[in-house]
Amino acid sequence: MRENPGIFLTLVIIVAVFAGVFVYPKLLGANWLPWKLGLDLVGGSHLVYNIDLSQVGDGEKDSVTNGIRDVIERRVNLFGVSEPQVFTAKAGADAQLVVELAGIKNITEAIKLIGETPLLDFREIEQNGSSSNFIPTNLTGRFVSGAQLTFDQTTGAAQVAISFNDEGAKIFELMTEQNVGKPIAIFLDNTLIEAPTVQQKISGGQAVITGGFSIAEARQLVERFNAGALPAPINLINQQTISPTLGADSMRKVITAGAVGTLLVMIFMVIYYGIFGFFASLALLIYIAVTLGLFKLIPITMTLAGLAGFVLTIGMAVDANVLIFERIKEELKRGLSKVGAVEEGFRRAWPSIRDSNISTIITAAILYLFTSSFVKGFALTLLIGVLVSLFSAITTTRLFLRIFAKSTSKTLNPKP
Amino acid sequence: MLNIVGKKNIYFTISGVAVGAAIVAIAIFGFKEAVDFSGGTLWQFKMNPPTFPQSIVPSGKDLKPPFIPAAQPRGIREGGGMNSGETAISNVKEIFQTNFAHEEVNVNYDAQNDIFLVRLKEIGEEDHQKFLQVLSTSFEGFEELSFQSIGPSIGSDLRRKAIIAMILALIGISFYIAYAFRKASKPISSWKYGIVTLLTLFHDIAIPAGLLALLGHFSNVEIDGNFVVALLVVVGFSVHDTIVVFDRIRENLVLYRAKKKFSEIINESVNQTLARSVNTSLTLLLVLISLYFVGPANLHYFILTLIVGVTTGIYSSIFIASPGLLVASGKSIKT
Repeated sequence: MRENPGIFLTLVIIVAVFAGVFVYPKLLGANWLPWKLGLDLVGGSHLVYNIDLSQVGDGEKDSVTNGIRDVIERRVNLFGVSEPQVFTAKAGADAQLVVELAGIKNITEAIKLIGETPLLDFREIEQNGSSSNFIPTNLTGRFVSGAQLTFDQTTGAAQVAISFNDEGAKIFELMTEQNVGKPIAIFLDNTLIEAPTVQQKISGGQAVITGGFSIAEARQLVERFNAGALPAPINLINQQTISPTLGADSMRKVITAGAVGTLLVMIFMVIYYGIFGFFASLALLIYIAVTLGLFKLIPITMTLAGLAGFVLTIGMAVDANVLIFERIKEELKRGLSKVGAVEEGFRRAWPSIRDSNISTIITAAILYLFTSSFVKGFALTLLIGVLVSLFSAITTTRLFLRIFAKSTSKTLNPKP
Repeated sequence: MLNIVGKKNIYFTISGVAVGAAIVAIAIFGFKEAVDFSGGTLWQFKMNPPTFPQSIVPSGKDLKPPFIPAAQPRGIREGGGMNSGETAISNVKEIFQTNFAHEEVNVNYDAQNDIFLVRLKEIGEEDHQKFLQVLSTSFEGFEELSFQSIGPSIGSDLRRKAIIAMILALIGISFYIAYAFRKASKPISSWKYGIVTLLTLFHDIAIPAGLLALLGHFSNVEIDGNFVVALLVVVGFSVHDTIVVFDRIRENLVLYRAKKKFSEIINESVNQTLARSVNTSLTLLLVLISLYFVGPANLHYFILTLIVGVTTGIYSSIFIASPGLLVASGKSIKT
């Protein structure tokens, strides 16, 4: 690198130009990976439900939670929202279900549909020649008291055992009696899940669904049954809805502020450090392009807080340059040659640059680990920004200065 | 050269008074907690700007009818949007109190961005829809911007996490400083660098926190999760400058310990690094100022906290941290 700064600098610039084209939301950049934007920028809803697990046995908590998530994921998919997020999180003894819907128009209806009890029901099948009709019965998930994954004692095949409560057991007994030798359809949220054939009249409210299940399939069915029976009620405890208008407005403003801030920093650097400041400004632009490129590539979901965090790093990214330039000035005063002063300045400024950046990294890491999703975006952009800025200040600016110091080693003279 | 160390008592007094005032403000007024800490509902919406009747408004603009219900006397007054804003606030408030029977309602109007901010107790989705219906029929051009309703349990969880994060950051950074300066054992042991850093950081977060307590009391400014983030960023950043000065002190101690007095070395170190201490923070301040004036309204107080904290950080790293190091070294060395 010391011998061929020109080649390395060209490389850095090529990468930066690529990154710049890549991150620009129009023209070529639009065709590559799209930007991932958070709800607070595109508008949408962030819904947190509490899943009350107090009535659920310890061993079944996970299967109940997963079952509820599956059902709600399917419901949410009906809205045709792009990339809906449905995930669960533990919260003490209970679990939480988080639903994120971006850019949705009719949030009211979405909330209503999500909140509905997952609907499980049994239907009789009437054969009409080649076609078959499903006739709804009054046996629904309300009567299922639980489902379990079991295995056939002789073949070892996976089975699903369901048990009905007393009332359900009676209906089930009647229903199986009337349908011996015929299949009964099991519907979940109006989708056919399974149609096992009734072998005999079943009393006592215990049924086993056999069929060529894989263990995973059987487990999924158990989860769905358990969700259909709704062993754990859910209720909305936290809702945040942001209109697309407000989101777009926030995004426009934070980007404008970022551009204005960058310009101010560049002007300041050029006024105070002259040609050195000009190089720092170029390095800053490269930093911005590369960092945004990383955000888009990883990809990191950009939120308002995340963008704000990134804008802050623009103000911090030149700090290392300031420290280095001040050092170079000192070295020049001590009578070092121009080339020597640049090298010595970088070398001696390094410990304080490293130590101060590590303190920011500590802060960002703590923020990331101890806060909720909203702040996490900020912490992550701050962290990546600091790391890239370290690279940028040490490498990019240094390359600029090496080339410059070599070519003008007689006239290099930073302002006071 | 500035004689900073010689006048250290003046700076200590200034800081002591400021931090003392901040602590008193926090103790007396406390913080006004936003919904993400306390639980509750925060509702942002827009409606057609509160206008005056056409007769007294300069013509030539396509004016929409005033949204104030016709039955009520219109506030026909000359002057700025202040009065119309107040009328609008009382109108919105009245609807919440009469139609919705929500006595505890807090309405703010952001005239600059033309946004209404309503704060009330936690309401469910059903009530939300009901209220939405009434509001959109009562006010011309009603548009919901954001709606946030948070249960109290989430709020207290967030508060607990925020406090833990804050304490961890302070301790983590102080330990890191003690570690980074571990070789600078003479004449000041490295843990003293850590302790002085901790005190400086406390100083830097106490002052913006006190300001927010004051703002909370006098102009209903609330602290939210972002406030905690801002304080943490202040902590992470203010230590930058402190490290730069400490680093120089460490270097100069090695070079000049035999020749110069300790207080002289510290004073020279501070002066040598003065420009970079100010400049590094200044670049951040430039960005913050543009965020404050051009950036989105939601981040206003987040940015303000940062501006105050970073400015305090410049001051403390120059006038508090280094003289503090001298005091911390105590009698172990001759001054």
